Amino acid sequence: MTKKSVPSKKPVLSGSKMVLKAIRTSAQDIHRKILARKKPTMKFPVRSLSNVRYHPQRGFFEIAGQKKERTLTVNTVKTFAQTLRMVALSKELIENDDIATKREAYYVSKNWEEARFAEQPESDTVMDDVEAYFGVNREQLGFIPEEKGGDVAGRLIVIDHDRDTGRKLRIDCTKFGSGAYSIPISVEQLEFETKADYILVIETAGMFQRLVKHNYWKKANCILISMGGVPTRACRRFIRRLSDSKKIPVHVFVDGDPYGITNIYRTLKVGSGNAAHLNEYFCVPQASFLGITPQDIIDYKLPTHPLKDVDIKRAQDAIKNDPFIRHHKDWIRAIELLLKMSVRAEQQALAKHGLNYVIDTYLPQKLRHPERFLP
Amino acid sequence: MIWCSASQGVPVSTSEPRNTKSPRLDFLEIQPLPTDKDPVPDKPVTAEKRETAESMAVRQRDISISEFFSKNRHLLGFDNPRKALLTTVKEAVDNSLDACEEAGILPTLKVEIHQLEEERFRVCIEDNGPGIVKAQIPRIFGRLLYGSKFHTLKQARGQQGIGISAAGMYGLLTTGKSIAVTSRTGSGKPAHYYEIQIDTRKNRPQVITDKVVDWEHSHGTRVEIELIGTYKKGRHSVDDYIRQTAIANPHCEILFSVPGCDTPLHLQRASTTLPPEPRSIKPHPYGVELGVLIRMMKESSTRQLSAFLQRDFSRVSSRVAQEICREASLKPTANPRSIAANEVERLFKAINTVKIMNPATNCLSPIHEEQILAGLKKEIEAEFYTAITRSPAVYRGNPFQIEVGLAYGGSLPADELVDLMRFANRVPLQYQQSACAITKAVLGIDWRSYGLSQSKGALPIGPIMLFVHMASAWVPFTSESKEAVAAYPEIMRELRLALQECGRKLATHIRAHRRAAEEAKKKSYIEKYIPHIGIALREILGFSEKSENDLVGTLKDVLERSRSK
Repeated sequence: MTKKSVPSKKPVLSGSKMVLKAIRTSAQDIHRKILARKKPTMKFPVRSLSNVRYHPQRGFFEIAGQKKERTLTVNTVKTFAQTLRMVALSKELIENDDIATKREAYYVSKNWEEARFAEQPESDTVMDDVEAYFGVNREQLGFIPEEKGGDVAGRLIVIDHDRDTGRKLRIDCTKFGSGAYSIPISVEQLEFETKADYILVIETAGMFQRLVKHNYWKKANCILISMGGVPTRACRRFIRRLSDSKKIPVHVFVDGDPYGITNIYRTLKVGSGNAAHLNEYFCVPQASFLGITPQDIIDYKLPTHPLKDVDIKRAQDAIKNDPFIRHHKDWIRAIELLLKMSVRAEQQALAKHGLNYVIDTYLPQKLRHPERFLP
Repeated sequence: MIWCSASQGVPVSTSEPRNTKSPRLDFLEIQPLPTDKDPVPDKPVTAEKRETAESMAVRQRDISISEFFSKNRHLLGFDNPRKALLTTVKEAVDNSLDACEEAGILPTLKVEIHQLEEERFRVCIEDNGPGIVKAQIPRIFGRLLYGSKFHTLKQARGQQGIGISAAGMYGLLTTGKSIAVTSRTGSGKPAHYYEIQIDTRKNRPQVITDKVVDWEHSHGTRVEIELIGTYKKGRHSVDDYIRQTAIANPHCEILFSVPGCDTPLHLQRASTTLPPEPRSIKPHPYGVELGVLIRMMKESSTRQLSAFLQRDFSRVSSRVAQEICREASLKPTANPRSIAANEVERLFKAINTVKIMNPATNCLSPIHEEQILAGLKKEIEAEFYTAITRSPAVYRGNPFQIEVGLAYGGSLPADELVDLMRFANRVPLQYQQSACAITKAVLGIDWRSYGLSQSKGALPIGPIMLFVHMASAWVPFTSESKEAVAAYPEIMRELRLALQECGRKLATHIRAHRRAAEEAKKKSYIEKYIPHIGIALREILGFSEKSENDLVGTLKDVLERSRSK
């Protein structure tokens, strides 16, 4: 099943000069307000699922109008000061063409005396605020995530550049043996060459290993990508660019449970509530859900575990509040079926029928009927 | 088995008298009581009769009250050496304070504890009271259940007339020394010195020494008891007791010397007002027991039921008496002595259906709020004090009054359980805290709603000293050692209401305090974080240090203004 591919956008990295200008402008604005003896205000989009709209045509979560205002008062003075210092740090990073990980930024704050952060989650939140405030990607602000992007194996050649010489590097993803190519933190500069039929995106490293080990990509002529849980922004962006530029479909293979469906798959396909201002770039609207579907649990007689309370809550919450799930009747039916059975099945549950059942039977059977994939 | 067992660590020599002044110790011989090891079969093995009613009758005789208590000394508070020392001091101090107040004298007490050996002490308590007339001295100190307070309904520290003589008895039994009493009733009178022992079989005093001595004081009494005990600081200590006594009796002055301390501790007088003298009252009809009612009717000197009710009870007017008679379907003119038993029962029930004014409260002598505050402020360094005296209430026909004082903050430890001081008729209660109605009432309150933390079923935690006083003509203690107040519903209710009222006042204070702290915190926020806004903006915009300072100054000013609005 192929989705209408989204027209490619201008690259996110629109130049550090733009960002620097935006930082200066906002700082000047605050400065002027203070000198006019007025309380300065910063406006941030509300970053939560309640403030996103699902655009079926465009295919991702778009931030809705809600904004929160942070007016400088006695109660907000600490966060306000921290936010501004974070902006100043970002400015310094951009000017010096340097980067800082989220953790490093947290440690830099230890120089800020009383304005320092006690724990990293605090600095991460402020960083996310700054990112949303300027409506840019945190990498553009000089901040980079700690997390790994994901692993790639199969019929793909990634074209990168040598940092020192600027020469083109052709990375053949068929030549990692039992290993894999690691998606870098920034993927905008990458180019691709491939003749693969589809991209298979896999939730767990274990399943990825099995498919790599048995050279599944050779037989199926595909690209294998492991997300390792909820996909990072880089991973999402990588899949998106690859799929867009080479016009190949994306099939997602995750656990048959509420987390696999509503967190991992949904985030990959339409983005997250927290980064709604950036979802436009960090989503893969053309992705489709191969399995494990609730129906698979019945059809393949998979061994299951009972749904935990958090699973049930997550599923009910998705039916009630998730704009993406609510838009697709198929998904509501699937999740309701899951809730009715009150069980979940992992990818590895297929091993019940033999370790390589997934390669020999399950995937070929599923791929014969892409029209049965869930949206 | 109690007095002399070696396991209790109370060495008593029965062979050689220590004192050549002939203390009689022969009564100390104890017959062994049956122990658990003696076989007690349920059914006789043989049908042979061992005893007859007649043979048993030979051994059946009166038990002297002194003998009973000598075998059950825990009932009087002499269970262990530590408690024995405390109880001895306490009984003597209670008596001295009662005597001074009755005579209208501001009490000045001297309490001395001399350590003679590791576990042997000499306790001396001296007061400036009215003294005791010569003839009464042996009876008061050498006889159990002899006293002035048992037969009257009147608020006093002592009740039964057991305490001091029991202490003397304990001293005698553990050390063989007599109780020594010096007393003088006025400057024109001689001072008498007595050494007295108690004959436990007969409950009679035995005078060992009786002489006239020179005494520096014009009036007062000095009691000296030598005993086996343990002196320790901390909870349940004599020091604690003395301090609490000083708090509850701000009108008294105490000089307190303890072992290992050269200069006596001087607890100053915080008030020169004597508590008004409580009066004795007649019983109140509510809660009088049926048996008591029958006895009172039998013994009454009145001829008519209505007159009996009015004269032998308090708060019964002729209207109330008529109403009771009507409710009981009895003639007001009937002779109380010739009323049948079932009719008395009707009368008894009728009493409780008629609304009767609360008993007169002039028999009570509460400490009063300002005196409680004076006592607390004198002994405890805190930041907030409050006190509440409830109106008198009645349980079983006995008037009583609850008072609660509270000290918060200051030097009090913040993360410990509340320090609860319990008092009954101004006497600190040291032991059996958990059995006491006061503790139960404190536990029954949700202190979290007053801004304190409290675990389930425990005392609240916080920098608090709680002072709870019950004043009553008859305090219902759970035992003769007077350590815990019984939990009558009326008493529980008054305790709860008083504690809640103090709790509310405390909550107001804590809230105000927190608000102030919050204010200060916010103010410090401005001081702390505004400079960072200056630093950040300067880093971004690159203006001069002077501009930064101006900016910070302006912003501080703007925020300060908006806060004060």
